[in-house]
Amino acid sequence: MLLLIQYTILFASILILVALGGCFAEHSGVINLGLEGIMVIGALGGALMMRYLPGTTPAFLMILLVVLASTAAGVLYSVLLAVAAINFKADQTIVGTAMNMLGTAVATVIVKAINIAANPDDVSSTIQYVNAKTAFIINIGGFEFNWFMVLTLIALIVSYVVLYKTRFGLRLMACGEHPQAADSVGINVYKMRWAGVLISGFLGGLGGIVYITAGVSEWKFEYGVAGFGFLALAVMIFGQWKPTRIALAALLFGLFRALSNVYFGFDFLVKLQIPSGVYNMLPYIISLVVLAFTSGKSRAPKSEGIPYDKGSR
Amino acid sequence: MKKNLLKNNIVQSLLTSLICIILGMIVGFIVLLFINPAGAAEAIISIAKNFFCYNSTNMQLKYLGNTLAKTAPLLMCSLSVLFSYKVGLFNIGVAGQYVVGACACLYAALAWHLSWLPCMLLAILAGAVFGAISGALKAYFNVNEVISGIMLNWIGLYGTNMILSNVKEAASPYTYQLSAAGEQAILPTLGLGALFNNNQYVGLALPLSIICAIAIWVILEKTRFGYELKATGYNKNAAKYSGMAEKRNMILTLIIGGALAGLGGSLLYQTGYEQWQCTHSSLPAMGFNGIAAAFLGGLSPIGTIFASFFIQHITAGGTYVDKTMYCSQISDLISAIIVYLCGFVGFFKYAINTHIAKREARKGGNE
Repeated sequence: MLLLIQYTILFASILILVALGGCFAEHSGVINLGLEGIMVIGALGGALMMRYLPGTTPAFLMILLVVLASTAAGVLYSVLLAVAAINFKADQTIVGTAMNMLGTAVATVIVKAINIAANPDDVSSTIQYVNAKTAFIINIGGFEFNWFMVLTLIALIVSYVVLYKTRFGLRLMACGEHPQAADSVGINVYKMRWAGVLISGFLGGLGGIVYITAGVSEWKFEYGVAGFGFLALAVMIFGQWKPTRIALAALLFGLFRALSNVYFGFDFLVKLQIPSGVYNMLPYIISLVVLAFTSGKSRAPKSEGIPYDKGSR
Repeated sequence: MKKNLLKNNIVQSLLTSLICIILGMIVGFIVLLFINPAGAAEAIISIAKNFFCYNSTNMQLKYLGNTLAKTAPLLMCSLSVLFSYKVGLFNIGVAGQYVVGACACLYAALAWHLSWLPCMLLAILAGAVFGAISGALKAYFNVNEVISGIMLNWIGLYGTNMILSNVKEAASPYTYQLSAAGEQAILPTLGLGALFNNNQYVGLALPLSIICAIAIWVILEKTRFGYELKATGYNKNAAKYSGMAEKRNMILTLIIGGALAGLGGSLLYQTGYEQWQCTHSSLPAMGFNGIAAAFLGGLSPIGTIFASFFIQHITAGGTYVDKTMYCSQISDLISAIIVYLCGFVGFFKYAINTHIAKREARKGGNE
């Protein structure tokens, strides 16, 4: 039971971080379908940092550097989306999809190159970080408390305050609702959208590193992040683009995702003899059902996905 | 004369596709240089050469055959993406539809021992059902087809692993070999294999996929149904206003798209070229490469035939890079860059057109 709670919170943390990232991008008016790729690149940045830092690094420094590495990687990668979608008015769906394909390909190529350089017989795309990972975890009576849970809570509160209580956040949201109106009162729409996309890169990258450290101590980068970026988008839609609701939605999705990790700990679930594949499918099935019921009265930002052109009315 | 040529839409599409390919290859080359400058040039050449890496003509023919055997399913996937895109739907669920197609035909062949045609029809049906789910969710519940497509991809993958585990070899994660356990389901080769140094994987799939491409072109360009679909894609509300059943059209589009992708699954797995690995934990690249091919082909059914071959050509070429320095995924990287650049096609065309306009204006001023 404790294990289920632990994994639920952990997976919910990932979904909250990434969904908040999507939330910032969409409120500024850009649909970020490349979150999946951003997560992979963020995870790569963090994993490489963990690999190269000496094992003797103090825990605090370790956490700080790994978080910095993955968020920086995420922000850098999201520039690809910002340039294409904001400055070149490219099709955001194509660019997002390309970023997802590219993320996994780049990560695999880089990790394999590093592994081959270290040992010519090692052609795997796996990075191990058994020791480094211990810095993030504190054992409290069987419950593995993870510092990322705190970071997520902070991110959630900060996001709420920034979006609703600051001038920046309200202006950002104006750009997603009616960019022409925002422009007419002197807000630079392009700058705001850049900010939205870069913030989504920051949060997406952070979500990526949490994902690959959740319950495992090595990651095979060929796998990508198994559609988690898109699950986060589903959470965002279910949460109606509002941080507090996103958090609740993420807990629900996190629970179903956690079940596939720990279902064998429950006697009655084991007795049902449901194949493990069903548990793997569960989060995706639930999200389809939930989306079917919530998308109808969607409160999406009105101008999301439409490139802003100063000249058009 | 030259100006008129550049104004031509087909020439522009061709030009932008070439720009995408060249830029994609250059970026791939730079990445190789960063990893290890010593073999980069050689590696990029082997990617571009693919089957020409072999010296004897017979071997070249054989491996050209292999590339063609995988081009057929890729073409089906990219037709699926293209067809849906024309109607304003981004069918990213193509990967899942392809996977369930493979699942249906393999299970029918190995468990029920059906012959090749019913197996293929079941694959088409399975893909169509997955497409229909996406379409219905979009039409009636306003669910973004990209997100529902991705969810269905993973549901399809895990479901396929589960179902095909019933027909897998005891000692390995692979399904039974079709040539041993389901020979009746292998697609007829029509004697085409003989042209490629007796490559048994080349057969019905290739001509069938090209016929499909032509059929899609005819539907889109020459029929009322295709016109309605495209109208729905341009402006949903206008289409509805002029009496077209926009919801039905949307669902029908994704059903056809799904059917095409499902057929793609059948066209690869029913040649016996590959066995399904029941421990797959990521989706086969075929579906996503289909997206690359569709956009690289300038979203024209005829263009995609060549684009599919090119994408498959470099994907296969990736396996010939020097494995002591690089890995074959470098081809995936190049394909991904090409898709990314395809997002800029509108910009490229705009740049060409403004360039022409400027030159014409200058000429007009001189006269």
